[in-house]
Amino acid sequence: MSTLHTVNKSPFERANLQSCLGHAQDGDCVLLMEDAVVAAMAATALAPKLADAAQSVKIFVLGPDLKARGLDPAGVADGIGVVDYDGFVDLAAESSAVHAWL
Amino acid sequence: MAYETNGKSVEADEEGFLVNINDWNEDLAGLIAKDEGIDMSPEHWEVVNFLREYYAEYQIAPAVRVLTKAIAKKMGPEKGNNKYLYELFPYGPGKQACKIAGLPKPTGCV
Amino acid sequence: MEEEFEGGIVKKFMFVNRKAPYGTVYALEVLEMVLISAAFDQDVHVAFLDDGVYQIKKGQDTKDLGHKNFSPTYRALEGYDIEKLFVERESLEERGLSEADLLVDVEVVSRAEMAKLMGEMDVVMTA
Repeated sequence: MSTLHTVNKSPFERANLQSCLGHAQDGDCVLLMEDAVVAAMAATALAPKLADAAQSVKIFVLGPDLKARGLDPAGVADGIGVVDYDGFVDLAAESSAVHAWL
Repeated sequence: MAYETNGKSVEADEEGFLVNINDWNEDLAGLIAKDEGIDMSPEHWEVVNFLREYYAEYQIAPAVRVLTKAIAKKMGPEKGNNKYLYELFPYGPGKQACKIAGLPKPTGCV
Repeated sequence: MEEEFEGGIVKKFMFVNRKAPYGTVYALEVLEMVLISAAFDQDVHVAFLDDGVYQIKKGQDTKDLGHKNFSPTYRALEGYDIEKLFVERESLEERGLSEADLLVDVEVVSRAEMAKLMGEMDVVMTA
């Protein structure tokens, strides 16, 4: 069974996302939320890293947190799915464990 | 609350645990024991001193289970068991002996 | 991953330390959680990675901070039957540290092995 990893810190400020991606197993899901949603945008310097990670894990971003920060879901990088709160619940329910990288 | 000893007032929390471990001395230990209804014997002191050594080494007051095991290891099974320790400290060796030893309440003890 | 044990369920728990001590309260809070978890007879694992490896660096001296040095408490974990301590090799190397710099016996594992271990847990708490 797979794990859902949640990350809520900006990768420009903290290494949480980097560490999470370094420990996620093939087939796990990673949900970017709160300040971590910035990492989902195609235009950031981190996009290649995220695209690379998306080869082995499924990456999602929480829509309401994008919206709150004025970030357009249309600008999210290819390969990253936008989910709402219901989608978040579904991801958690489908996973055997949730690992919050606080 | 506070303990009055040798004309000095020593601060304790509402359950009688010392606020500052450095305030501890043997007279004060005797006073705290008296409040707990315990008359300190050499056997009581042995446990209290053991706790102080444990704290000096690990910086925590051990859980009762851990204390019992550590005493058994050092002093043998006839002392490292619940019956012996509860006879000395009827309201719990963790709580009472730690209080007399001037240590904080054991972590995980409610 | 679960097995019945004396009428209760034993789960695999992992507490993951990623932060250095003293700058924030996380390291101490996780340590207290680990100590309390020992009372519940669960299969407890403790991991140190990223800046978390600094929590078990030898030679900590907090006198001048006026802050309690809680590093000796990691050595008490053995007495609490918490003996599954893992440190990530890459995290040590990135910081110029080695196993000899650590104040407690641990198993040093690679990032890939750590990732695999995490995947085997029922509950992972990271701070």
